[in-house]
Amino acid sequence: MKRLVFALFSLLSLAAHAELKVFATVPEWGALVKEIGGKHADVFIATGGLQDPHHVEARPSLIARARNADLVVATGAELEVGWLPVILRNSGNPRVQPGQPGNFEAARAVRMLEVPARLDRADGDVHAGGNPHIQTDPRNILKVGEALVARMAQLDAINANEYQANFKHFAERWKAAMAKWEASAAPLRGMRVVTQHKAFPYLYDWLGILEVATLEPKPGVEPAVSYLAQVMNDVTTQKPRMVIRAAWNSPQPTEWFSEHAHIPGVVLPFTVGGSDQARDLFSFFDDTLAQLLRANK
Amino acid sequence: MYRASLFVLAACGVLASLPAQAADNDLKALREEIAQMRQAYEQRINALEARLIKAESKADSAQTVAQQAAVQQNTVQQAAASTQSNSFNPEVSMILQGSYNNLKQDPNAYQITGFVPTLGEVSPGARGFSLGESELVLSANIDPNWRGTAILALAPEGGVNVENATFESLGLGNGFSFKGGRFFSGIGYMNEQHSHAWDFADAPLAYKAFLGNQLGDDGVQVRWLAPTDLFLEFGAEVGRGRTFPGAGNNKNGVSQGAVFAHMGGDVGISNAWRVGLSWLGSSPKDRSFDDTDSTGTTVSNRFSGKSRTWVADGIWKWSPNGNSTVNNFKLQGEYFKRREDGTLASNSTAGACGGCAAGFETDQSGWYVQGVYQFMPHWRVGLRHDGLKSGTVNIGLINSGMLSFADFPQLAAHDPKRNTAMLDYSPSEFTRFRLQWARDDSGIGATDNQLFLQYIFSLGAHGAHAF
Repeated sequence: MKRLVFALFSLLSLAAHAELKVFATVPEWGALVKEIGGKHADVFIATGGLQDPHHVEARPSLIARARNADLVVATGAELEVGWLPVILRNSGNPRVQPGQPGNFEAARAVRMLEVPARLDRADGDVHAGGNPHIQTDPRNILKVGEALVARMAQLDAINANEYQANFKHFAERWKAAMAKWEASAAPLRGMRVVTQHKAFPYLYDWLGILEVATLEPKPGVEPAVSYLAQVMNDVTTQKPRMVIRAAWNSPQPTEWFSEHAHIPGVVLPFTVGGSDQARDLFSFFDDTLAQLLRANK
Repeated sequence: MYRASLFVLAACGVLASLPAQAADNDLKALREEIAQMRQAYEQRINALEARLIKAESKADSAQTVAQQAAVQQNTVQQAAASTQSNSFNPEVSMILQGSYNNLKQDPNAYQITGFVPTLGEVSPGARGFSLGESELVLSANIDPNWRGTAILALAPEGGVNVENATFESLGLGNGFSFKGGRFFSGIGYMNEQHSHAWDFADAPLAYKAFLGNQLGDDGVQVRWLAPTDLFLEFGAEVGRGRTFPGAGNNKNGVSQGAVFAHMGGDVGISNAWRVGLSWLGSSPKDRSFDDTDSTGTTVSNRFSGKSRTWVADGIWKWSPNGNSTVNNFKLQGEYFKRREDGTLASNSTAGACGGCAAGFETDQSGWYVQGVYQFMPHWRVGLRHDGLKSGTVNIGLINSGMLSFADFPQLAAHDPKRNTAMLDYSPSEFTRFRLQWARDDSGIGATDNQLFLQYIFSLGAHGAHAF
């Protein structure tokens, strides 16, 4: 009984401490909000690190969480187009609707890559705003963080100074970590790779890696074995060092290619929670680089 | 010696106290001076501090402004690329569907024996190749508070059917939302989904028998979402009773209404569920259906009274780690129970009738359960079982001897059953091909074997699907 009362009180006190309720669509922004918000942010993360962020069910639990949120942090650039609009519309929460201060899109804070020159579904699952997988470049994390801290300060003015201070502290550690990552990634510069889904253009842009082919014939279209064989023939002269997939991609195409082209197959975490090692933003990049460097040996 | 030293000490004391007194006065003055100086300095320091704080906050806000400007600049850069004169046009999408049907029984003679015909499009469709309804979907935010959607179904034989035309609030706050116009009722699980989002080519028998395929009324709806982490939603709607079980009454006020509650949540990251309970009440007046009486004449029967339907629904979805792209499974089921009581009039001239009316009472139920499994990316298999119980049908005209059972062949005691299997292939999010086979025992003594080969294509704006 005493324990129950204690648990109830600690729950109540927790609720009293959290001033800003944040609904993050994907783990990376959830982790960033935690860095900035500290004890003042109550963060709910809608998806796991092993989920394909394009295809998420608009589960009842997500609608329930969006109803109470003060801030929805999404990637934007149409990444969540198949599920987030339904959740927001059913939430009955006017604060987080598109266009409101409580609706934050990370992609608006960064320079987008692979913005299609033409929009045609014949090109597969293309996004009008550009490739939405922006979190694989740590420089983008910093830019998104800057925009996010301003938004959080706007929504929760009482704790604004603390958010700014937390972010300043985070940014210092982040810049130091980036210098370390860039130094260790020097051998990867100019490396040629094959990727299953176009999930890492920002990572390659950061590290100077060259993508010579993708295994999907069009974004979001699963490759057939005949197509894989064709890709393999096309790229043998380019001598790719490895074949890379995100943790949530189906494993077969990368496995097939790795086996037949005799190059290592690498599974990158893609986001926080995408591997056992990637527990927060720092370890997410630690693990990403560790995987790439190991395969490059 | 002692005395002498005392004296000396005393003298010293006096001597010391004399200048001390003089010094005291000086000190007092000094202290005052210092205090004044301190006060003056403090004032100046305070003023300086205030200026510093001001300057700092200005710098901060300047930084924030600069950041916001940078963000906005980015946004503008992005937006500039796609700004066109038609950017305010609504999202437009179109669903194209069609099928090849192979039906053992004549679809024109299709009936669900034991149940009052719903006048909805419940038959399995034409034999051979046929175009399904093409759905044109237009939607956009009207202003910061409202969103509008129109879904027009273009019938293959010509004509436009307004399936949905609604305005919806973009969150009234405190979990409330409001909807008005023509919309699919929130009762049950499948009712709100559009037919192209269904997992089988046709509706469950219970939907055909109790709702005329799907319930869409003209009216208003209010929903409230509880502020809990468990999904808990309540809704109420009122309308005209435009379609079955209503009869489009020529009457002021409300002829049909429903209340519903939904509850849902997750079990771990791999499982999600939702259950619901709904009640639908309608007061149709002169709801008519045709039947063939014992003399072989087509007659018209009209029901006036009350219709009350309960629906219990449940759905469970599984996907490993919440990632539904490779494998996933869903299990859903719904149970319907309906009571109707009122009067039934017939224009039959058989027996002693010649245009007669008497009490009418039914108590009927039905259910279905279906499971759909995605065994590899893009490929799914599904099984469905339907069952209906015609239950109690109490026809006053028969009890009083004016007409006989043979005058109501449509309401003959029969428990329809159907088993369905399907396989579908969706090479992309916008394409689906489906092969479906069913053994349908809806009509008494007319078991049907149905084969459907169906396509569903969606083009245009990327729609988002509800759970």
